[in-house]
Amino acid sequence: MAEKAKNSEYWAANIRLVTICLVIWAFCSYGLAILFRPMLSGIAVGGTDLGFWFAQQGSILVFLVLIFFYAARMNKLDKEYGVDEE
Amino acid sequence: MDQTTLNIIVVGLSFALYFGIAIWARAGSTSEFYAAGQGVNPVVNGMATAADWMSAASFISMAGLIAFVGYNNSTFLMGWTGGYVLMAMLLAPYLRKFGKYTVPEFVGDRFYSQTARIVAVISLIVISVTYVIGQMTGAGVAFSRFLEVSSTTGLWIASATVFVYAVLGGMKGITYTQVAQYIVLITAYTIPAVFISLQLTGNPIPGLGLFSEHTATGQPLLVTLDGLLTDLGFTAYTTGSSPWLMALFTLSLMIGTAGLPHVIIRFFTVPKVADARWSAGWALVFIALLYLTAPAVGAMARLNIMTTMWPNGVEGEPVAQADLPDWFNTWQVTGLLGVEDKNGDGLIQYYNENGAGMAEMAAERGWAGNELVTFNRDILVLANPEIAQLPGWVIALIAAGGLAAALSTAAGLLLAISSAISHDLIKSVINPNITEKGELLAARISMAGAILLATYLGLNPPGFAAQTVALAFGLAAASLFPVLMMGIFSKRMNAEGAIAGMLAGLIATCLYLFTYLGWFFVAGTNMLPNNADNWLFGIPPTHFGPIGAALNFAVAFAVSSMTKEPPKEIQDLVESVRIPRGAGAAMNK
Repeated sequence: MAEKAKNSEYWAANIRLVTICLVIWAFCSYGLAILFRPMLSGIAVGGTDLGFWFAQQGSILVFLVLIFFYAARMNKLDKEYGVDEE
Repeated sequence: MDQTTLNIIVVGLSFALYFGIAIWARAGSTSEFYAAGQGVNPVVNGMATAADWMSAASFISMAGLIAFVGYNNSTFLMGWTGGYVLMAMLLAPYLRKFGKYTVPEFVGDRFYSQTARIVAVISLIVISVTYVIGQMTGAGVAFSRFLEVSSTTGLWIASATVFVYAVLGGMKGITYTQVAQYIVLITAYTIPAVFISLQLTGNPIPGLGLFSEHTATGQPLLVTLDGLLTDLGFTAYTTGSSPWLMALFTLSLMIGTAGLPHVIIRFFTVPKVADARWSAGWALVFIALLYLTAPAVGAMARLNIMTTMWPNGVEGEPVAQADLPDWFNTWQVTGLLGVEDKNGDGLIQYYNENGAGMAEMAAERGWAGNELVTFNRDILVLANPEIAQLPGWVIALIAAGGLAAALSTAAGLLLAISSAISHDLIKSVINPNITEKGELLAARISMAGAILLATYLGLNPPGFAAQTVALAFGLAAASLFPVLMMGIFSKRMNAEGAIAGMLAGLIATCLYLFTYLGWFFVAGTNMLPNNADNWLFGIPPTHFGPIGAALNFAVAFAVSSMTKEPPKEIQDLVESVRIPRGAGAAMNK
């Protein structure tokens, strides 16, 4: 039973982490790059505005950081909760 | 040595490399054939996934799509990369833990239903077959353009090559060939881009060059480009429109990407759950190398075209027909690029006839319409080395790169199709008592059959080939992605809910596409004209994926809540896929 409780705690931690990551994922791509672009039009980046940069480069860089952050964090959580594969 | 000979040598060398790998990486068991023995290093798998994912569309078409539309087509950049975030967090690690070989197998086991498994097989086959047609025709075209063989001969050479390494090596052979193909394609894509970036901005990194100063004018490259375009009546490169539609289309591409079976199965090949997480990150690193370069290639090529056509600036005289650069003449022969001196002044005026105030300007300056009459978007990347005046071997490398992109994706798709047939239909439904050796043979025969079918469809592409790509993405988003996600994240989801949801997503997506594009894409059978006035809530058929997915989720939860919960052992199965421990053992049960 103890193991079961621990497992559901691990799963809840995973859901929290996924939620945080996906909020950032959506905020950068749908938000900064598209819907909020007019609000950022004052911030100049290389001859255009920040929204354009996010649409063509920034989002991809954020996606990369998110996946590596998630992987590192989860692989650590696996060990903390004793559910890793060793 | 002429260009064609050089092309044949470079392409021939790359093919020899693939054959060498095929012989080295033969598959000896079904585990090796379906999942490369689950022993692939996560970085290597990331590289193979990148080649698996980046098709002829990414390599050849994407930069052109961005070049001629600008900001609005950033949807492709974000959509085709953002799906990996979903894949890494919502699907890959858990499906790897499940530890089996195919996507329908997970659906069938998790929902304890052969019906669910067969519905998943049907979705998978429709998605993958429509997708593979484009790869085969793409390979045929690349052969005919660079090697001066007919595209039919080209297609046969392409399928014979895939045949050798896919039938011999299965997933194992495909994985290591894809690694080689990735290296070929990324080198081919990057070299011309670096030189063009250096010429225009002095910055060797194209992604940085895009936001740098344009050396010739002393102002930022994008400002120069926007200025030239608006002066000639075109929409500015950085201007956007319809943000909500952009967001919806991006979402459609992201969910579709995450639901593509040939990409998902790549994550079954790594040894551990932790590796599946890293591997998704590495895949995106290797994809990003091309995707961060593509928008620079697009903008710089567009600028090059503008300055080629208007060497003296917009106020001065345009280029004389006699002074067009060599690459212009080379491509004119193919009919993909065409000029027509409408007003007979020996000069070529390139502008947007329909732009605001352009009719007046044309009347004043004696223009009789836009004279750059044809510019096929796909030639941008292919002509890049010539535009940058690079040596012949770079052009040959582009040929090898385009073929590598098409073949690596085709092989991944073919594996998804053949394993669904041999593992999900033959082994699971038709003959469960088949031996390991028998199944391996069945897998090889299925692969050979799938290649023949793909070749046939490549030679006789159905008239609707172009539209079916929208269908592939729409179906992946509306059928497979939701069912996989619910299988992992909802313990309560039962067989009835999953089947009803998948069917709802599948049918709604097909109906919506058929309504506007014709029944089974037969021209003229559409019930409503395909334009914004008729679309439901103004949603174009290509953007329907997220709506289909939402329907799938809604129907699944509604039906599931009215029927009884899944059996205890299924709930235990869900708990077990959520926990990495025991991934190695899951294989042996």
